[in-house]
This record gives sequence, structure tokens and C-alpha cells, in this order.
Amino acid sequence: MIIAIASGKGGTGKTTVSASLASVWKRPVLAVDMDVEEPNLHLFLKQASVSRDAAYLDVPVLDQALCKLCGACAELCQFKAISLMGGHLLVFPDMCHGCGGCMRICPEGALQKGQRELGVVEMGITADGIPCLAGRLRIGEALSPPLMGKVRQRMHAHASKYSLDILIDAPPGVSCPAMTAVQDADMVLLVTEPTPFGLHDLRLAWLAFRPLGKPMGVVINRAGLGDDRVQTFCQEKGLPLLAEIPYRRDIAEHYAHGGILAHLDAGMKATFEHLVEQLDRIGGAVNHA
Amino acid sequence: MTAAPIHKIAITSEGPSLADPVDARFGRAGGFVMVDLESMATTYVDNGSSQVLAQGAGIQAAENLVKAGAQALLTGHVGPKAWTALQATGVKVVQGVENMTVGEAVTKFKAGLFAFSDAPSR
Amino acid sequence: MHELVVISGKGGTGKTSLTATFAHLAENAVLCDLDVDAPDLHLIAEPAVQRSGPFISGRVAVIDSAACTGCGTCGEVCAYDAIHSEARHFVVETTHCEGCKVCVVLCPEKAIEFPDRLCGTWYESNTRFGPMVHAQLDPGQENSGKLVTLLKAKARERAAQLGLELILSDGAPGIGCPVISSLSQASLVLLVTEPTPSGLHDLERVAELCRHFRLPSTVLINKADLSPGYQAAIHAFCQTREIPVVGRLPHDPAVTGAMVRGKAVTEGPDTPFGAQVRQIWWDLRSQLEAPSSSLSKESRS
Repeated sequence: MIIAIASGKGGTGKTTVSASLASVWKRPVLAVDMDVEEPNLHLFLKQASVSRDAAYLDVPVLDQALCKLCGACAELCQFKAISLMGGHLLVFPDMCHGCGGCMRICPEGALQKGQRELGVVEMGITADGIPCLAGRLRIGEALSPPLMGKVRQRMHAHASKYSLDILIDAPPGVSCPAMTAVQDADMVLLVTEPTPFGLHDLRLAWLAFRPLGKPMGVVINRAGLGDDRVQTFCQEKGLPLLAEIPYRRDIAEHYAHGGILAHLDAGMKATFEHLVEQLDRIGGAVNHA
Repeated sequence: MTAAPIHKIAITSEGPSLADPVDARFGRAGGFVMVDLESMATTYVDNGSSQVLAQGAGIQAAENLVKAGAQALLTGHVGPKAWTALQATGVKVVQGVENMTVGEAVTKFKAGLFAFSDAPSR
Repeated sequence: MHELVVISGKGGTGKTSLTATFAHLAENAVLCDLDVDAPDLHLIAEPAVQRSGPFISGRVAVIDSAACTGCGTCGEVCAYDAIHSEARHFVVETTHCEGCKVCVVLCPEKAIEFPDRLCGTWYESNTRFGPMVHAQLDPGQENSGKLVTLLKAKARERAAQLGLELILSDGAPGIGCPVISSLSQASLVLLVTEPTPSGLHDLERVAELCRHFRLPSTVLINKADLSPGYQAAIHAFCQTREIPVVGRLPHDPAVTGAMVRGKAVTEGPDTPFGAQVRQIWWDLRSQLEAPSSSLSKESRS
């Protein structure tokens, strides 16, 4: 079973919920941090690092001796990663989206595969034996989805090999990176807060993910902080409200010290164990081995 | 700054004439006023093909400039990729040209008041 | 013309609430919501839209099923898993399509069209705080930064037309393309953080981005009373990187209370919290107007 924990708005508590779910999950599980721009899951799961591998995108490298300056590559490239001007063929590897088109279309074989570093893929294991996978984008790298693709490959391979369920901590928002993160999930769990910003962005998330046809559920974090319009929205749209985490100072402070919420007290543990049961029921206990 | 004398220059511009204000941007400038320094004849090169791009506007603008035969560019600032392109094709660049009309920029250039840049300003 | 860009790395630190508050205090600014993925500033600013338009960016492949012979070349060459087969022909999954044109060019039947892609809508509006530019990207679209760039250009034009000197830009979370585009031509970057492990971790990454682009930046520690330990850690980080700390604000439910009412926190009765925000705004304003002299606030523990 694969569950993605997502939200429209940043800072609602995706990582908080993901870390707690991983810590009380009933079956062997792989925790995956797909927020490659700002990966935070490790701050709570505190896994010991087992491996860190650089991930690369294939980008063109020009062999000038073979180039006849026909310009077919420059004409094809939609991203201005190759340009023909003033009798010079210039390659801008930072602009490349990795489509491979230029290399396919060059009649002279003058473009070879080079590499641009996207970031790193990190694998670790917590003190309790939970395997954790994360991507970390190189600062200055503009594109998240290619690195997320590398994380996804590793995720499927590892989870398959060891018959693990998967929990995916997704990036915020509803644009390309968020869609990329949830695409493999059997179910999407949306984390929100009961404020106007929380409601607005929950609606965006619901609109964005609905076409994927995956069952969705909602967790309200900081319940009691704002008003009840989020609950009303969930009822109207038939979105099951699966858990509420109250707005409490001691919870905020526990989080501020890197604590896993499910470990705070018996009440929080019960909240997350109950959430796990709900996710099993809705997401189905499908074994992806 | 030796080599061939420069007789054709381009100025990023908000409009097609010498009276129009300089556009400080390069990649997303509306267009370039091309000036033949000997005859002072001007033509306008539309840069719309760069403005529509999601990325690489500076590179496209450099292509447009080179195709129009510019030997030097006067503009506010040039980004690192456009800079690379202009260097590779031998176009000289003057940056910091802003808050004046195209005509004023040309006059200052002819009077030798500008220095060519040796790096992109951002 | 000065532009203050408010970013955070981590979501939920209070960028939007603070930007709205500065907009209330500023009086002569153009407001700009650059979080085009999940914009929220309008929930407080309550814009009356004056003009809007489609945001077109990139292109998308569309297979003409009548002309498709089912050879599968497109599926083989697609680097993004965007093409799958349906019955005896092939179909492009638009949300995965990168718009690279490879299938279009290599299709032996020339059966693939390549129209422009409508990605969202931009708005130019008026608010009680002043003019505002904002946008909404359609769900699932690539957030390339082009819409951010477009909004920034519109904000500048609007400011120039109205003789306004200041642009206040609410940025997006993260460090990717839209954030990079947000930072372009910023006079000052305000990094809003919170004293938690994630707050510090993400601050480090976003501060590095600002350093990479050589932009003057300053830090505001929001919800500062949550953890004295992490507050100290943030001060220490700022000191090491020589980034001034413009101030700290305690966690105050009045901010959420104001948000629920659709207001900036300073629009209510005067409170000590409001006074602290005003002081911070005053300092930011001074830094924007005299950049060389006042980036000197030492970080204090």
C-alpha cells in the first residue's frame, strides 16, 4: 500500500503527520521524503545515513569536430538548451530538461550524453528499524521532477524487494512537483489547518488531485485555531475527516524540538493508530511486492 | 577594446525610435533599436520571440541580436547565459545603460563615455 | 524602485500574514503575490480585479487519433512516461507532457499537434492597501517561474505608472524555479523563519540561494517563543553567515484571529504585538531606502 501525505498549503503538518504515521505503522514500511527542495522528514525520524548517491540528468555535450552546424538540434530544443548563433553552436546544460531529443535528431552523432547533477538520493534507517529514503535538490537546480523521478525509482525497487508499504511525504502546493509525488499513491491524505489559508489551499488540492481518481482523506492540524469552515468543506465534498490534531502549546513545543507527535503522549499515539486503521480501510491493504 | 571598429550597435528599447527610453532588460526587452553609427540609420528588431519563452529569453534575444548583425549591445543588465552567448559570438556589451533615451545612449557611446563590460552584472 | 521579496524555504512560517501586514503599514506600495501555485494573499487583501488574462506558457503534444497508426514511436521516445496506448492508438497524458516536441517531430505520420498550453490566469487588482498583481496557476501545471516573472514585470509597470516606489512581494515556499524567479531584482530579501528544526534547516537552504545570487537579505524569526534553543541556533547561524536579524515576533493567536476576519493584524486595535510588527516594518523600510547604511543590525541572542 502506498499513501501520499500532501497539502495545498505549506506548513500545515505533512511532515509531522508522515513521521508519526511511520512510527506507528502496523506493517514494515518505507518512509519517503519527496519534498526534494526542503526535505525535513529526517529531522524527526532521525535516521542514520546508510548511503548518499548523487543523481544526474542526461544533458547534451557537443563534439565540435563532428558538428556541421545544421541547427536541427537548436530548432528542436524547446528549452533553449542549445542555440545556433553567429556560426557557433552553444550548449547550455542548465537549461536542459533531459528529453534526449537533440541527441536523437543530430544527423552527425555530434551530441553525446553528459551529466548535470540534480542533487542526491539518501537512504537511511531509524533506530527503530524504519528504512527512510529522501531526495535533496542541489541548491541552484531549478527542476524538482527529475530528481523526484530518481527517488521514485529507488522507492519502488526497495519497497518491492522487501515487501514494504510506502508513506510519501509530498512537497506543498498543487503544481508539477506535488502531482509527481502523489502519482504512485493508492490514497492521498490531505493535511490542512482550520484557517482561511488552510481552507483555500485545501480546496485547490482537492481540485488538483480529484482527477487522479484516488481516494482522499483529510487530517485537520491545529484544530481549534481558526474556525470550522474546513469541516464544512469536507462534509460538502464528501471528504472523510480522518483525524484532528488539536492546537495545543505543548504539541507546538514538542514539534519545535524535533519530537515525533505520536510519541508525545498516549492520546497522540491513539490518534495516529486510529488514523492508520482508517488508512488501511480506505486505501486497502494491497501488498505491492 | 581594439579589433575591428564598431559601426553597428543595438540598444534595448521600449520602442522603435531614438526618442524612446532604453529598456534596462535584455532577454525580455520589447525590442532593439539597431543603429548604423556612420549613417545614423536605424531599424527596429522586435524581441517578442524571446518574451514568450518560459526560459531562455536571454539566449533567444542573443540569437535575435546576432542575426541582426549587431557588433555591440547597450543595455541595463545581461544575465549569465546571455553573456556566454554574446561572448562566444563576439558581441561587445555595455551594461548600466538605463534612465535615458536610445538617442542619448548612442551619443554617449560615440563620445566614448561607456566602457565595455567584462562580466554579466547579475 | 525598491522590491522587498518575502520568502522562507519552509511553508507556514507566516510570509503571507506578514506581507499583508506590511502592505497595510506601507501606504505606497504595489502588492504582489508570487506564490502562484497556492496564492493566499488575496484572502486578506480582498482584491477587486481590474484586468485579467490567460497565462500561456510552453506547449503540449496532442495526438490526432484518426491519423495515428499505433506504431508506438511516440511512446518509445517520450522521456516522461507521458504517452500510453488506448485501443489501437496512442494518447498523451497532458499533466505528464513536458512539451519537448520530440514525439511531434519523430512521429512518422505527423499525427501529433503541438498547441500552446494554457497554464493559468493573471490578475491586476485594486485593494484597500493599494494595487495588487496576482495569479493562479492551473492545478498540475509546471511552475517554471515564467508566471512569477510576468507578475513582477506587471508590478513594476503598475508602480511606474502610479509613481509608487515600493513593491512588496510574497514569495513561494521552497528553493526551486519559482523562488529563483521571485528573487530577481530584489532590493532586499526577507527570510521568515521559525525556531524549529525544519525552520532552521530550510532557512539554511534558502539563505544559500540568496548568497548564490548575491542578494542582501535579513531574517525575521516568527513564533520565536516556541523554542529558545532553536532561536539561539538561528541567531548563531545568522551570525556565522553575516545575515542581519531584523527582529523576532512571538507566536500570537491574534494573527490567526485577524486572518479569519480577513484582516491584517495591525488593522485591529493597537496591541504590543502590533507595535513590534510596526517596529520591524520601520526597520525594513529604512533598509530599503538606504541600503548601504543600515544592514548593520547585529544578531543578538
